[in-house]
Amino acid sequence: MKKFSLIFQELIYDFVHWAIQPLKPLLKPNSRMEKIIIPLEKLAKEVAYNCQMCGQCILHSTGMVCSMNCPKNLRNGPCGGVRLNGHCEVKPEMKCIWVRAYEGASLMPKYGAELLRVQPPVKRNLQDSSAWVNMLHGLDESSKVEWLSAEEQEKLEDLWSK
Amino acid sequence: MVEKKMSQLEQVLRSGRFAITSELNPPDSANAEDVNRAAMILAGFCDGINAVDASGANCHMSSMAICALLTRIGYEPVYQISCRDRNRIAIQGDILGAAAMGVQNLLCITGDDVSSGDQPGAKPVFDFDSIQLLRTARMMRDERVFLSGRKITSEIPLFLGAAANPFVPPYDWRAQRLAKKIVAGAQFIQTQYCFDIPRFKEYMRQVRDLGLDKQVYIMVGVGPLRSYGAANFMRTKVPGIVIPDEIMDRLKKTPKERQQEEGKQICVEILEQVQEIEGVSGVHIMAYRQEELVAEIVQEAGLLPRR
Ligand code: SF4
Repeated sequence: MKKFSLIFQELIYDFVHWAIQPLKPLLKPNSRMEKIIIPLEKLAKEVAYNCQMCGQCILHSTGMVCSMNCPKNLRNGPCGGVRLNGHCEVKPEMKCIWVRAYEGASLMPKYGAELLRVQPPVKRNLQDSSAWVNMLHGLDESSKVEWLSAEEQEKLEDLWSK
Repeated sequence: MVEKKMSQLEQVLRSGRFAITSELNPPDSANAEDVNRAAMILAGFCDGINAVDASGANCHMSSMAICALLTRIGYEPVYQISCRDRNRIAIQGDILGAAAMGVQNLLCITGDDVSSGDQPGAKPVFDFDSIQLLRTARMMRDERVFLSGRKITSEIPLFLGAAANPFVPPYDWRAQRLAKKIVAGAQFIQTQYCFDIPRFKEYMRQVRDLGLDKQVYIMVGVGPLRSYGAANFMRTKVPGIVIPDEIMDRLKKTPKERQQEEGKQICVEILEQVQEIEGVSGVHIMAYRQEELVAEIVQEAGLLPRR
């Protein structure tokens, strides 16, 4: 059942990704259109994922769990403080975001392996902007330095199925 | 110009000898003497002394300052940087500063949350996570640039380390996550306290299956439990430390005045067992407030002479 839901979410992700491409000329960073789309994006992702609006969404790479809900804001996996019952070091009543992310990714045929992506530091200046707009214009991934070579990244993701 | 030479820890690990690191109990004073004294106890048996970065989120002398003091007296520090208290600007600056003082071993960790420390009202920073910190340090060393792409004008000889905790969930992901750390730049690993040997063996099996033991030096965290009470505190109050029931029972059954001795004995036994596990390159001995025991542990585990 959970697996079915996650495959469905992968499809939705692909669909949204595809459907917003033609809107690129309209959806410019800091434009009036972005202001209009932000509440819509927020509504959709908040209900489903408790989205924190970091503006650089990696949901599909983290088992469809919003990693910004991790109290330490970790983007690359769990800290060493996870409790034996799988709950969070900081918020004992909450299941560790990364325990959930691992469970989710394990059930995702298409994007599961992306859990092994080495995620770059968060651009805090994109907080509360639209991840959709940022994605369209490459603001979420642009960087002056090469974070990780495609080759290194690929080798790492190959380990997923091992 | 910084001298370009491998750190002693790196040399020992590369040579295939069993490496030992330990941790210095950071003082709550402004006395350099306190650091010197604590270091002296450890220096004879260790290839590197960890200067901890406000571990447990408790305020002590900073790890940067301890490193400075240790390099002055010629001891080799392992500079711990946690992501909890400083943002990326401060951290990159500190890496340069530390290297300028002759610090070469860097241990990049996430850090315990402020809620577990003596000042839970503090602002947690967590601008980087440990993997981003590692990758940034590697970038500074190998590509000689800051994260912004701006050039760094000298070499930074660094030996990069990370922590790992195989003893908490999600167990089956822990080995793959180690692979992530290696790709990000980790050359050596110090693990959390190992009290659960079967779990650790299983982890090492996964690590070997992924071929990771060939790509990184793994040092196992061990340490003497001071008493049943102390063990109970660590188990319930310190994040990430797992102590199996059998060990708790063993301490509980021991009369109070002999518990410290028993704790040391358990530590020696664990050290002997982990030495035998394929892929283990050394140990990291954490003997908080009982540093004098490190020498005895090293000796009783048959690891002497050191040089
Ligand atoms: S236990 Fe999990 S959710 Fe909590 S701080 Fe650590 S990684 Fe984040």
